[in-house]
Amino acid sequence: MKRIGIDVGGTNTDAVLIDGTEVRHWVKTATTEDVLGGIKSALGQLVRETGPRMAGGLDAVVIGTTHFTNAVVERRGLERIGALRIGLPASASLPPFVEWPQDLAALVQGVTVMVAGGHEYDGRPLVPLDRPAIRDAAKRMADAGLTSIGITSIFSPLTAECEEEAARIVQEENPGAGITLSHHLGRIGLLERENVTLLNAALQGLARRTTSAFTEALRQSGLDAPLYLSQNDGTIMRAEVAGRFPVYSFASGPTNSMRGAAHLSGLANGVVVDVGGTTTDVGYLKDGYPREANAAVTIGGVRTLFRMPDLLSIGLGGGSEIAGDGSRIGPKSVGFRLTTKSIAFGGDTLTATDIAVAAGRTSLGRPQYLAHLDRDFVSGLMVRMAGMIAEAVDRMKTEAGEVKLLAVGGGSFLIPDQLEGCSEIIRVPHYPVANAVGAAIAQASGEVDQIYSGVAHEAAIEQAEQEAERRALEAGATRTSLRLAELEDIPLSYLPGNARRVRARVIGDIGAD
Amino acid sequence: MFRMIEADELDKLATGAWILGTGGGGSPYLAYLNLRKLYAEGARVSLMDPLALGDDDLVAVVSNMGAPLVGQERLADPDLAARPVRMMEEYLGRRFRAVMSIEIGGGNAFQPLMVAAKTGLPVVDADAMGRAFPEAQMTSFAIADLKPYPLTLADVRENEVIVARAASWKWMERLSRKACVEVGSIAATCKAPRTGAEVKRHAILHTTTQAMALGRAVHDARARHDDPVAATLEAARGKLVFRGKIADVERRTTEGFLRGSARILGLDADKGARFEVAFQNEFVVAWRDGKVFVTSPDLICLLDSVSGEAIGTESLRYGQRVSVVALPAPKILRTPKGLAHVGPRAFGYDLDYASVFEGEMA
Repeated sequence: MKRIGIDVGGTNTDAVLIDGTEVRHWVKTATTEDVLGGIKSALGQLVRETGPRMAGGLDAVVIGTTHFTNAVVERRGLERIGALRIGLPASASLPPFVEWPQDLAALVQGVTVMVAGGHEYDGRPLVPLDRPAIRDAAKRMADAGLTSIGITSIFSPLTAECEEEAARIVQEENPGAGITLSHHLGRIGLLERENVTLLNAALQGLARRTTSAFTEALRQSGLDAPLYLSQNDGTIMRAEVAGRFPVYSFASGPTNSMRGAAHLSGLANGVVVDVGGTTTDVGYLKDGYPREANAAVTIGGVRTLFRMPDLLSIGLGGGSEIAGDGSRIGPKSVGFRLTTKSIAFGGDTLTATDIAVAAGRTSLGRPQYLAHLDRDFVSGLMVRMAGMIAEAVDRMKTEAGEVKLLAVGGGSFLIPDQLEGCSEIIRVPHYPVANAVGAAIAQASGEVDQIYSGVAHEAAIEQAEQEAERRALEAGATRTSLRLAELEDIPLSYLPGNARRVRARVIGDIGAD
Repeated sequence: MFRMIEADELDKLATGAWILGTGGGGSPYLAYLNLRKLYAEGARVSLMDPLALGDDDLVAVVSNMGAPLVGQERLADPDLAARPVRMMEEYLGRRFRAVMSIEIGGGNAFQPLMVAAKTGLPVVDADAMGRAFPEAQMTSFAIADLKPYPLTLADVRENEVIVARAASWKWMERLSRKACVEVGSIAATCKAPRTGAEVKRHAILHTTTQAMALGRAVHDARARHDDPVAATLEAARGKLVFRGKIADVERRTTEGFLRGSARILGLDADKGARFEVAFQNEFVVAWRDGKVFVTSPDLICLLDSVSGEAIGTESLRYGQRVSVVALPAPKILRTPKGLAHVGPRAFGYDLDYASVFEGEMA
């Protein structure tokens, strides 16, 4: 299995070639304004440096990008959309776009309509679906020249009937319009699911242009391999699926970096400690995937249903400034100016990196610039920094006992070879490109989050698993590699009929069966 | 005796009410959004000191009844909240002087505010639980043996129900719960109306103001980068009973309630210790190293150790870092009669009431 993983970051575009489990080669180039240029130059350099034989037998190219997140955050490349909510007379007081930042709503909101319809939690219709009102709304949206429509119906994750019927009517009145249906995107939680649907609709044009540009960049680089984009849960989707569901790529960065650390170390469980220039991020890997945080994620000021890895950040990094008397470590950092400001590089600011240089922990800079430092002063500070990391690791632990620590990031020399609470410190090779490696090794997944009532417990779980499998196959997984990665089964209060919410996630390797 | 609730007090009320929900009561977020929107449109709500009520004044006691999960799809709606209040006025042939909440914990803290914004009635600064509880007989009004009926209930369609009489509070809970389930497990209700004299004597007073003060303390602490958990303890005269990480969560539904428990492993000063907390929608009993430590009616709240945000029983997850906080229960709930309604036995635990505040409160 030969793959290229590409991470398009704010500063750098990294590309890595992996063969089986081995990293064969990696390159780092500057990210360009148009994104495409950076990808082309990274791929070009990778192809040049590894030779033309590489391009043959390539199984996949996976791109991890913050492009769509940034489009929302920076309010650019978004289109005006039609928003249709089905569910009146319920939820009328909180219409679509209700808690969006005003500037974003002003940019995206075209024609917004609420009509009668929707379902109850047990699958009964809430009220009859108002088809004439939907047709009328579809006409108004078409007349306004809107070509991307987001449709959300009450309890659609349970029963998609209303959304599908509405999509048929919209298609008749507005042929060729792109339609996003909320039940494809989300869980229970009307406003958050609708927000994601509307964002997805607003990104349709940009997503189509971007994914075809990515495909073009591949072609121009002479690579003939299927293209995938990485998603926020550490898995990937086909480029054509990404073109329809750009929101799935939101928040994929930290996940890729933790997944990359897992792969490079060969470990599926442990704590990943990523020491950067300013902060240290601590997260836990469970069965090869990051443990997720509980809180809802806000993108560009809009509440969504996405989950992020559960990370604890502390103000300690290679650039952390240290008080002359050693009384204070961080949280201020010299950041990207490390190579001009810190003493080991001829600067005048004492940093964590200087202490590590003086302690002989890294070959960076010039140790002779630090000869004046007292040995006990240096070792005392190293112990305190190790203590800060140990405390963060301990806070994130969910079970007593020792864990394996995976050290990544440019400042990982601050992590000592032995740390309280850790059985082993594993220094991950190729740590500067863990993120691109994470993209390259990603698998395909399918997820279901649904309420079942009046169904036997086992039947509910089986149905959820089957639907998750179907979605994983659609995302590009091979049937033979499918496995159930997560199963959450929550009984619900105040509901009769053994109502339960089942969340299932199935993952599998990408490729052809 | 009257004052206008300011726009910037609404998010404080949401934070405070969610903490007082002790894991249940439903998140106030959507009801809060409604209020924020109504305020942006020019509505204002007045808060009334209960002591300003005349003895014969009639007070509407309102609640949003149903499953919190259904409330995430069929969203809180001020017009719907006001309907059972108008139904009750029509049924009784009398006008209300003011409106109050049945429970200050969770989303119902905002129910009277939504009604007030639509009807112009003032909101009485009081409730009948001082927290959240799962059932209708778990109120200070039931403990005082006040009349449990009539009750009006409305759903978002044209369905309206009046329970004219019920043999007891428990019967009222059964009858109204049945109707609520039938209309989709969410409905707006107006409970048995109370006179001004009854509110002054039997309600739990000034809880809206307390919830706002609690929320303000948390927000201020966050803004100052201070510990919001410590701010909660100070503002609500509470005690930190445990700090740790959730190691295991077990849930099941019986008779429509979410029951279960969470095991927590100690951190910081509690390192090496184990804690367990059981819930029936709300947190009910907590054990430390196998010994009963706190029980209902004391408020057992699980807060995110970093943000101070309350965590609901439906969103407990393995790995969360939590601070378990106990807040003192209102006095009426701690009387022998009160404990019969809301003590551990009322939730099926053969245990005596245990408090970490023993001997500290009059």
